[in-house]
Amino acid sequence: MSQIPDIKKWYISNFETFENSLNGGSLKPIHQVRKEAIADFSKLNFPTTHDEDWRFTNITPLLKHDFISGERIKLKHKEIKNFLFKKISDNLLVFVNGHYAPEFSKSKNLPEEIKPGSLADEIEKGSEIVDKYLGKYANCKTQIFTALSTAFTQDGAFIYVPDNLIVDVPINILFITATGGKKILSQPRNLFVVGKNSQISIVERYVTLDDGIYFTNVVSEIVAGENSIVNHIKIQEEGLNAFHVSRTEIDQEKNSNFTSYSISLGGEISRNDVNSKFNDEGGECTLNGLYLLTGSQLYDTHSLVDHAKPHCTSHENYKGILDDNSRGVFNGKVIVRKDAQKTNAFQENKNIILSDNALVDTKPQLEIFADDVKCSHGATVGQLDEDSLFYLKSRGIGEDKARSILIHAFASDVIKSIKIEPVKNYLEEILERRFNKEIS
Amino acid sequence: MLEIKNLHASIEGKEILKGISLKINAGEVHAIMGPNGSGKSTLAQVLAGRKEYVVTSGEVLFEGKNLLDLSPEDRAREGIFLAFQYPVEIPGVSNTNLLKTAINEIRKYRGEEQLDAMEFLTILKKKMKLVEMDQSLLSRAVNEGFSGGEKKRNEILQMAVLEPKLSILDETDSGLDIDALRVVANGVTKLRSKDTASIVVTHYQRLLNYIIPDFVHVLYNGRIVKSGTKELAFELEEKGYDWLKDQKELVEG
Ligand SMILES: Nc1ncnc2c1ncn2[C@@H]1O[C@H](COP(=O)(O)OP(=O)(O)OP(=O)(O)O)[C@@H](O)[C@H]1O
Ligand SMILES: [Mg+2]
Repeated sequence: MSQIPDIKKWYISNFETFENSLNGGSLKPIHQVRKEAIADFSKLNFPTTHDEDWRFTNITPLLKHDFISGERIKLKHKEIKNFLFKKISDNLLVFVNGHYAPEFSKSKNLPEEIKPGSLADEIEKGSEIVDKYLGKYANCKTQIFTALSTAFTQDGAFIYVPDNLIVDVPINILFITATGGKKILSQPRNLFVVGKNSQISIVERYVTLDDGIYFTNVVSEIVAGENSIVNHIKIQEEGLNAFHVSRTEIDQEKNSNFTSYSISLGGEISRNDVNSKFNDEGGECTLNGLYLLTGSQLYDTHSLVDHAKPHCTSHENYKGILDDNSRGVFNGKVIVRKDAQKTNAFQENKNIILSDNALVDTKPQLEIFADDVKCSHGATVGQLDEDSLFYLKSRGIGEDKARSILIHAFASDVIKSIKIEPVKNYLEEILERRFNKEIS
Repeated sequence: MLEIKNLHASIEGKEILKGISLKINAGEVHAIMGPNGSGKSTLAQVLAGRKEYVVTSGEVLFEGKNLLDLSPEDRAREGIFLAFQYPVEIPGVSNTNLLKTAINEIRKYRGEEQLDAMEFLTILKKKMKLVEMDQSLLSRAVNEGFSGGEKKRNEILQMAVLEPKLSILDETDSGLDIDALRVVANGVTKLRSKDTASIVVTHYQRLLNYIIPDFVHVLYNGRIVKSGTKELAFELEEKGYDWLKDQKELVEG
C-alpha cells in the first residue's frame, strides 16, 4: 500500500517503464499524445469529495493501491465461454487484462468493409482513423482518469464502419480481468467511428475471473456520423473488489441517432460518465441506465447531453435498485445552448431502495439558454409500493415473488427497450436470480 | 366457513373495528352495508391480512384455522379473495402475468401441478367470457389506465380465475353503469355454489337485486348494529342510516 500523495508519482514512474517497453512504438504520432497526457496527469490531482463532480464519491480506497498494468496472458476457452451471449457471439472481440486476445476474437457474416479489431493493431498500422479521432473527444486537460488512460494508450476495441453500411448483427466486446492475485490496472481505450448513413450495435461487457482487487479505467470515444444509427450497450459486471472508472464520449453529427444503455452490476466503487454532444442539427440521443447495487457497492453515474445545436432531441431514463448498504449517485446534466432552439430534452432518474441503509443522491440538472425548447426532468427515490405488494400477496403470491415482480416491473421499461434479445433475456435472468429467492 | 368473534382493529392507534362478530356458512351470501367511514373496508382488509391494521383483540376462524396467524398470501391460498374497493395500478406487470403467477402460486401451495401456458390460457379464455372482458386488457399492465368499470371487472376476472371459497367484494358495484353491474353480478352469481360464500359490501340495493343475499348487516361506527334478511336492504335504501343511531345505543346499552 502506498500513501495517497505518492500514488501519482507511482503512475508517473510507471509511465517511464511503459515508454521503454514500447520500443519502436514510441516513434508513432500517438506517442506525442501520450506524452502530453502524462504531463497533464502530473498537473492534475485525483478528485476528492471537495470537487463538485465527485462530491458523493470518495475514491480514497482506489488510491491506496499501487496498480500495475496487466500482463498479456492466455486463457482457456472454457474460462471465457460463460461470458458469451448465446446466439450473438459470432462477432466477438475479447480483451484479457486490457490486451487484445485474437485467439478468441472472431467475426462471421460481417460485410467485408468492416473489421472490428484492436486499437493496438491500428496504431501499429498507422491508421488514419486513429490519428484523426483518437483523443479528440475525451479531453484530458481537466480529467485525471482520462489523462491516465491517454498516457497509457495501448489497446482497446476499434470499430470503423464506413459510410452507407448497415451492420445488422451486434458486435460483442468482452473485457476480462484475470488478476492471478496481482493488482492489475486495465485501461481499454475504445474507438468506434460510424460513417454517414451507417448503422451498428455494440455490446461491451466487463467481467472478471476472480474476486481480486483490480482497476479498470476505460475511455471510449464514439463518433456517430451523419444520419447514422448507433446502439451502444455497456454491461459492467466487475468483481465486488474491483474499481471501475469509465468515460464514454459521443460526437453526434447531423441527424444521427444514438442510444446507450449503461448497465451497472459489479464493482466496489464504480463511476460511469456518458457525455453526448450534438455537433449538428437533427440528432437524437437516448441514454438509458440501470444499476443494481448490493452490499457496500458505490456507483456514481454522471451524464451530460450538450444541446449545442437546434432541433435535437434527448431522452434520459436511469433507474436504480439499491439494497443493503449500497450507495448510488446520479448526476444528469442537460445543457441547451443559446442557439439550440426547438430542443426537446427529457430526463428522469428513479430509484428504489430495498433496505434501511441504502442511499441515493440524485441530481438532475437542466441548464437552458435558449427560449424555444421543451424540457423536463425529474427524480424519485422510494421504496417498493406497499399497496402494490399487498395487492399481489392478496392474490396468493408470496412475499419474495411479489417483491421480485415489482422490482422487475420497475426495471422493465429500460430492459424491454433493449432490442438485442439475448442481452435483454440475460438481464431479466439477473433480476430473477437476484430478487427471486425461491429460484436461487 | 368463516367465524369472526368480537374483532377489534385499529390503525395508527385509532380504533376502527369495535367488536365485530359474524358467522358465515358455506353457500351463503352476506351483504354488509353502512355509512361512509363505518369500517366496511377496514373489515375487508383485516380479513385479507393488511398489516397496517392492527388487530387488538378478537378471533377469526376460517374453516377452523386461525386466520389471523396467516400471511396475506396464505389466506389467498387457503381460498380467501378480496375484490378491492380501489384496485391498485401496477405499471410494468401485465394482467396475464399476475394471473398466471397467482394461480400457480396457489396451486403450488395446495400441492397441485403447475399449469402450463396452454392450460392457463384455456382457463383464462373461459373466465374472460364470463366477465365479458376485452382481450386487449390482458396484455396491459394491471389496472393501469383502466376505467373505473374496467378495474372492477378485472377484480371479478381475477376472482373467477382464482376460484376462491370466500370472496369479499368491497363496493365492486360502485361506479358501474348498469351493463357493467349486470356483468359483475352475473360473474358472482355463476361462481356461487354450495361450497363457496361471499361477503358483499355495498351502498346500494340495486346489486342485491342480482346477488340475493341471505343476510344483510349494517355496520355503524365499527360495530354491526343490525342484521336481517334482504328486506333490510330495502329499508336502508328508503330510510338511510339515521334511524339506526338509536338502534346503536340500544346495542351499546
Ligand atoms: N390508513 C388509515 N389511516 C387512518 N385512518 C384510516 C385509514 N384507513 C381507514 N381509516 C379510517 O377508518 C375509518 C373507516 O374507514 P373504512 O375505509 O373502513 O370505511 P368504509 O366503511 O369502507 O367507508 P366507505 O363507505 O367510504 O368506503 C374511517 O374513519 C377512515 O378514515
Ligand atoms: Mg370502503
